[in-house]
Amino acid sequence: MSAGGGTSAAGERRSEAVARRAAPVFDAARAREDFPILRQRVHGRPLVYLDNAATTQKPRSVIDAISRYYEEDNANVHRGVHLLSERATRRHDEARKRVARFIGAADPREVIFVRGTTEAVNLVAQTFGRTRVGAGDEVLVTELEHHSNIVPWQMLCQEKGARLRVVPVTDAGDLDLDALEALLGPRTRLLAVTQVSNALGTVNPLREIIARAKAKGVPVLVDGAQGAPHLAFDADASGADFYAFSGHKLYGPTGIGVLWGRREHLEAMPPWQGGGDMILSVTFEKTIYNALPYKFEAGTPDIAGAIGLAAAIEYVEGLGLEAIAAHERELLGLTVDALSAEDGVRLVGTPRERAGVVSFLVGDVHPHDIGTVLDRHGVAVRAGHHCAQPLMQRLGLAATARASFGLYNTREDVEALVRGIRAVREMFA
Amino acid sequence: MSELTDLYQEVVLDHGKRPRNYGPLEGATHRAEGLNPLCGDRIAVAARLEDGVVRDVRFEGSGCAISKASASVMTGVAKGRTPAEIDEVFEKFHRLVTEGPGAADAESLGKLAVFGGVHEYPTRVKCASLPWHALRQALRGGGEAISTE
Repeated sequence: MSAGGGTSAAGERRSEAVARRAAPVFDAARAREDFPILRQRVHGRPLVYLDNAATTQKPRSVIDAISRYYEEDNANVHRGVHLLSERATRRHDEARKRVARFIGAADPREVIFVRGTTEAVNLVAQTFGRTRVGAGDEVLVTELEHHSNIVPWQMLCQEKGARLRVVPVTDAGDLDLDALEALLGPRTRLLAVTQVSNALGTVNPLREIIARAKAKGVPVLVDGAQGAPHLAFDADASGADFYAFSGHKLYGPTGIGVLWGRREHLEAMPPWQGGGDMILSVTFEKTIYNALPYKFEAGTPDIAGAIGLAAAIEYVEGLGLEAIAAHERELLGLTVDALSAEDGVRLVGTPRERAGVVSFLVGDVHPHDIGTVLDRHGVAVRAGHHCAQPLMQRLGLAATARASFGLYNTREDVEALVRGIRAVREMFA
Repeated sequence: MSELTDLYQEVVLDHGKRPRNYGPLEGATHRAEGLNPLCGDRIAVAARLEDGVVRDVRFEGSGCAISKASASVMTGVAKGRTPAEIDEVFEKFHRLVTEGPGAADAESLGKLAVFGGVHEYPTRVKCASLPWHALRQALRGGGEAISTE
């Protein structure tokens, strides 16, 4: 190393400079100003919103897009010959195209608007599932799943006499991929797996999971509710068969979400709900169903919701999902380090890769009490089982406290969390 | 603004940490379990009723400081009372935790008055009432798990 020492130091300096240049420029404090709700104080303190895995706040541009739609363009879609209906229809179609681009789907007809991830999973269970799953077959889920990616499959299995099987997690909160391999069998009709655990923040190695399922010919549904706000997803390249996410966890409105599915599946699936818009022609003898995506969108859709979601995606893309992800990774790292250093604080789940979420306990204080004390310090977190009771049971816990991050969170928010946790410890010492 | 110490009064913290009448009850005649689906908490209450009077009552389960303290104080208050008297006490207690001491004739509530701060915390009302729902369900002869929802 002697002769090359100088060169290597120069090289290091060069690569540092490159890293600085390449490092995403992201100003969270500035982005925070785009969110009117975050300006308020709660219990006399600045609001520190760390419940983003439950729902995110909405930027001004999303709120304005929804207002503008109602003030200027509101009409029903695909129906009127008048100008407003044409405008509403066009904006609804544009929203679908934006969603398709965002998730890397070349064909916008593969994007179905639904109420949210829950409805998307139920749609797949009730159409794809009901035609594919029979007595003695198996549906595979994982211990990391949210109830909304368990219960629809459980209902399907009960109806069909099929068996729900479960990929276990390790103590760290990672999926046991060897167990997955063993569970993928000749009767497995579908694997339903989350992109990111809403309770522990585990990022699943989707590429590998999907490859293993594909090798056995098993279709895969990916629950992107927690993943979409933090990680890019490339639907066409992913190898997945279905991808679902919710608008409201991605800085968009509630009541709108997306199901993406491969066209050959969507074409083969029977419709789910019947009604207007999903038909081409109706007689009392026979109804001819509409083409994709309308076949799965019975009734007047949430037009404002779709437009709001498109505005949210535009906002996120404007900041850059990569830049947001890098910023959130930094905050997660800070939080994990800070909480690990606190006396009496225990992190729940130490996954290999983490996005968005840190679950923790403080001594033997119940998470509800942690949540109440933090709230009085202005810090909003979730306390409970996070709609993942089987996972809690696996970890031997009734509940955890969960801090979950969004693009507008800052170092100061992490500091406020730590101060709040010290107050919890003091109160319940 | 109410202070955290209104909710977590010393007596509440003490009962939460060292709950009285905690554990299984031999010879129980009535049992029920209360579930709070919000947090997954369970409080199981067992009572021994003789000649129409609650002679003994104990509880088990996991819960937050508020639900454990409430169960702890409740089990003390319930002993020696009839189911009808317990219903009456609960009515007052419920007014206390939903509307506050002003509405509830706090003086007559005795030890239960320490839950006077709960009404400032609407999300915690269910925690305080959960053990009571379980006890009343048990005395009605239910035995089924009941929920705060």
